[in-house]
Amino acid sequence: MKNAAQNAFSATSSVLRTIGMTFMHSFRKRDTILYPEEKPYLPPRYRGRIVLTRDPDGAERCVACNLCSVACPVDCISVVKTEDETGRWYPETFRINFSRCIYCGYCEDACPTYAIQLTPDFEMGEFDRQNMVYEKSDLLISGVGKRPGYNFYRVAGMSVGGKDKGQAENEAEPVDIKTLLP
Amino acid sequence: MATITIDGKEFDVDDTENLLAVALSKGFDLPYFCWHPELHSVGACRQCAVKSYRNDEDDKGMLVMACMTPCSDGGRFEIDDEEAAEMRRQVIEWLMTNHPHDCPVCEEGGECHLQDMTLMAGHTQRRYRGPKRTHKNQDLGPFINHEMNRCIACYRCVRYYRDYADGDDLRALGSHNNVYFGRESDGAFDNEFSGNLVEVCPTGVFTDKTLGAHYNRKWDMQNAPGICNHCSLGCNTSPGSRQGVLKRIQNRYHGEINHYFLCDRGRFGAGFVNRDDRPRQPLVRNADGVLEPREMDVMRDTMEEVFAQANGVVGVGSPRASLEDNFALRHLVGADNFTNGMAPADSAASVAARDAIAANADRLATLREVESCDAVLILGEDVTQTAPRLALSLRQSRRNKHLEHAAANKIPKWHARAVRDIGQYNNSPIFSATTSATRLDDIVMTPQRLRPAAIAELGFAVAHALDNTAPKVEQLDADTQALVDAIAETLKGAKKPLIVAGTSLGDPAILKAAANATKALAAANEATRLFVTLAEANSLGMAMMEERDIDHALTAVEDGSADTLVVMQNCLYERAPKARVDAVIKKAKNVVVLDHSMTRTVGEATHVLPSGSFAESDGTLVNNEGRAQRFFQLFIPDAPMQEGWRWAADLAEVAGNKPEWLGMDDLIKTIVADCPQFAGIEDAAPSQSFRKFGMRFPRSPHRFSGRTAMYANVDVRERRPEVDPDSPLAYSMEGYYGEQQPPSTIAYAWSPGWDSNQAAITRFQDEVGGHLKGGDPGIRLFAAPGAAAEFWAAEVTAVDGWQAVPVYHIFGSESQSARAPAIAERMPKPEYRVNAEAAKALGVTAGDSFELAVNGETHAFPLAIDPSLPDRTIGVPVGMHGVCGLRLPVEVKP
Ligand code: SF4
Ligand code: SF4
Ligand code: SF4
Ligand code: SF4
Ligand code: FES
Repeated sequence: MKNAAQNAFSATSSVLRTIGMTFMHSFRKRDTILYPEEKPYLPPRYRGRIVLTRDPDGAERCVACNLCSVACPVDCISVVKTEDETGRWYPETFRINFSRCIYCGYCEDACPTYAIQLTPDFEMGEFDRQNMVYEKSDLLISGVGKRPGYNFYRVAGMSVGGKDKGQAENEAEPVDIKTLLP
Repeated sequence: MATITIDGKEFDVDDTENLLAVALSKGFDLPYFCWHPELHSVGACRQCAVKSYRNDEDDKGMLVMACMTPCSDGGRFEIDDEEAAEMRRQVIEWLMTNHPHDCPVCEEGGECHLQDMTLMAGHTQRRYRGPKRTHKNQDLGPFINHEMNRCIACYRCVRYYRDYADGDDLRALGSHNNVYFGRESDGAFDNEFSGNLVEVCPTGVFTDKTLGAHYNRKWDMQNAPGICNHCSLGCNTSPGSRQGVLKRIQNRYHGEINHYFLCDRGRFGAGFVNRDDRPRQPLVRNADGVLEPREMDVMRDTMEEVFAQANGVVGVGSPRASLEDNFALRHLVGADNFTNGMAPADSAASVAARDAIAANADRLATLREVESCDAVLILGEDVTQTAPRLALSLRQSRRNKHLEHAAANKIPKWHARAVRDIGQYNNSPIFSATTSATRLDDIVMTPQRLRPAAIAELGFAVAHALDNTAPKVEQLDADTQALVDAIAETLKGAKKPLIVAGTSLGDPAILKAAANATKALAAANEATRLFVTLAEANSLGMAMMEERDIDHALTAVEDGSADTLVVMQNCLYERAPKARVDAVIKKAKNVVVLDHSMTRTVGEATHVLPSGSFAESDGTLVNNEGRAQRFFQLFIPDAPMQEGWRWAADLAEVAGNKPEWLGMDDLIKTIVADCPQFAGIEDAAPSQSFRKFGMRFPRSPHRFSGRTAMYANVDVRERRPEVDPDSPLAYSMEGYYGEQQPPSTIAYAWSPGWDSNQAAITRFQDEVGGHLKGGDPGIRLFAAPGAAAEFWAAEVTAVDGWQAVPVYHIFGSESQSARAPAIAERMPKPEYRVNAEAAKALGVTAGDSFELAVNGETHAFPLAIDPSLPDRTIGVPVGMHGVCGLRLPVEVKP
């Protein structure tokens, strides 16, 4: 009997306390903002619209390795590789179907060149779904994005325009196979 | 047999094997580089370290290289041992110190044995920060790309190229840490099997250049179980494609045929599929004589008219088309009006080959078996050019002598270096008689260069020397008789002698001589084997279906008994002289051609129907051992193109002769019912309705990517997956993929942790390098004959005067691969060849332009001196440069 009375009391006071707390919120600063007039702050690592960046020398970073497309859980990235006359790989086609993209960021994680990056822009709504298909021209920006210093071809061993064998970071001069010296 | 313990589990194993091979066969994941199931062990890379214990009391053990450790009875080994694992991790870390940061731009990535082993051995973090050694690359021609920085110096390439394929122009150059694998200077590899380096090299040093030109990762390709259609051997291939473009040909393991290796024609010859000039829609020649496209429904009416107006229809089949395509054409034109599409000489030789095969069905060697034959006689065939993969097998057969020496000295057969060293230059004997020098001459004992009739005589004489009830050859000179006796003696002394003959010289007598020699040998030695090669992928199938050759079709038009020609995937100009074909085409009211390439005949046709190539159709081919093998469609073309047999069925319908069959399975049943000689082809692959665990079999690996984006530019809504009406395969990654799949349906090789083609297949083999689980694909159509066949009479048709003989070339003599850009680049320049004496008799010198009329066709080519040719014999390049060569040899009057 005594327990029942105690229970009734604590339940009632909890309800009253909750009502009180809710009421007190009307005096707090608002979290909701008047979007779109007012924009929220989103940290640089927010996972929104995907871009393709350039290396510090201004060339396309993407080497069309297809690692982003294979990491993508919804398979919404399609990359077709081609080469320039110096043997440098780059994408002939780079297409993202944003109507499928779930902004998981796996592509950015997988990318060995820091080419593909998610940005804090989320305003991608369209009336026509077809418009959510982005081609390379829609994706490629002119800057380095979040990774200022990195240039994949300066590290890789392939020779490309402007960089021959032995000229990458930490590379020795090409071996002279005709020498008999040890 | 031996009982050994690996990681605490007991296994009964083959004691002639090494521990690495056994561990892989038993399903263990043990990293390795320098070992290869065909190249065996040298113990160079130190990657396969395991712990070996002396006995049950031994609790320390010692590190050994699994590939160099025999499986002796009672052995106790640990793969999962901390010290061994640490050694493997350190070895790969050290192999990787100089490795470039290349994976994203490396064609090997995703199917790289080095990537797999790095992961398997647990080297996940780079610690070495010192400078990396670098190398300059070489231009290795149109087939292979070179990127030397990626080399880990495992020596597999040179061991394959030099020790296995007997090539000479790839070497390990330089010394110690600078060692370089390449040629002396830039240039294409000389060996016809260089393409296998792409798969043998565990890294991205050697990669497929034709793939690189339109690259895709392995995981992104749609594949199909394919059969190479560039010669009669029927090597199994795995073509890969993406978005309707053929990307590359890879080896598909077949334990009885090609096992791990293809020839370069097979690997790089499929580029014709991507050519822009292929007919991709129905075409009709308009009043101005120009071929113009027609919609499908309009074409239907046009074709109805063609057949309504026709006054006699003849069909020209093709030895390069499938049984299904040919049979459907046979139905369309009627069995009496159907011809096999071969030139007369080729047809006669193919029929003789068929008979020799049928009479020796129980003595036919498979390509794999050739490697175990310890004495060989080759009659007439320049195998490197006409059945290339056979040359690679013959090169292994001569090593039986090495193995014999090794066995006598208790050296295990997998101890590659020791077997080589003890074998030295002692080879198992190979005799060969051909019209001129061949690429096998380096391993042939006293190569003979004879005219076709003399080659046949030599064969008959050997048969007689082996068994004097075999017909005798009169008037052999003393030298020849001595040679014949020596050959007979050697073959008699062999454990497993082999006779090789083929149809390339268009002389049935050579096949008969080979059959006689086989019969004569077999009387004394049950193990005797015969290997017969034919010209094209389905030559044997066509010789089985129809004996009438192309002359019958041409004659029918010439004598007015027919005015409409229907040609199935064949080019008349390749089979008959130009003037005659021109006249026939002119006289015929309509020439309807069903083909996938822009041949000269397509260029002259009145109606063209775009039939699928191997990439756009399913079908059955009968290879040189009578093995019916199914190839599966690779992709659905983005054009109104369909299988030849579907076109033929459509035509039959408008011609008022609608066939009863409904689909592929039904068609195959009809073939068997109508032509009982093909009984069994229905079992070459499972039927369309076959399912494993209720599932189809995937064409693509499970991580096929970009599915919701690759066509999104056309329409953002995804396409419905295509349904395959002809086979149990799926045009996607969905379905059952694994060891319980029927082997004929395995489109690509992959297994967890093993992405490279040659290593991943291990999980599908009964033992590493053995047969596929569930049996190697294909059904052999010839059963052992009831009674032994009689000897053939030793009749030859000798030519007294000048004779033109065919000179084949691996790159060019086969019409489909000759259209592939990479092969075209390697095609030799056209030339006539004679020996110096003949040149003098003709009054010409090397380099002169020389005009010769062969079969009523005149060509002028530069003359080259080939001292190996017999007198008064002119070598003519066939299949290339517009020469219709399959009617050779003939007498000529220069
Ligand atoms: S992972 Fe990076 S470099 Fe590779 S294709 Fe994607 S964006 Fe390009
Ligand atoms: S060889 Fe293998 S590990 Fe080396 S760069 Fe190529 S893919 Fe990467
Ligand atoms: S080129 Fe390839 S096969 Fe040859 S040694 Fe180097 S890694 Fe091994
Ligand atoms: S040997 Fe013949 S079947 Fe085999 S790959 Fe070469 S061309 Fe193709
Ligand atoms: S595989 Fe055993 S040492 Fe190389």
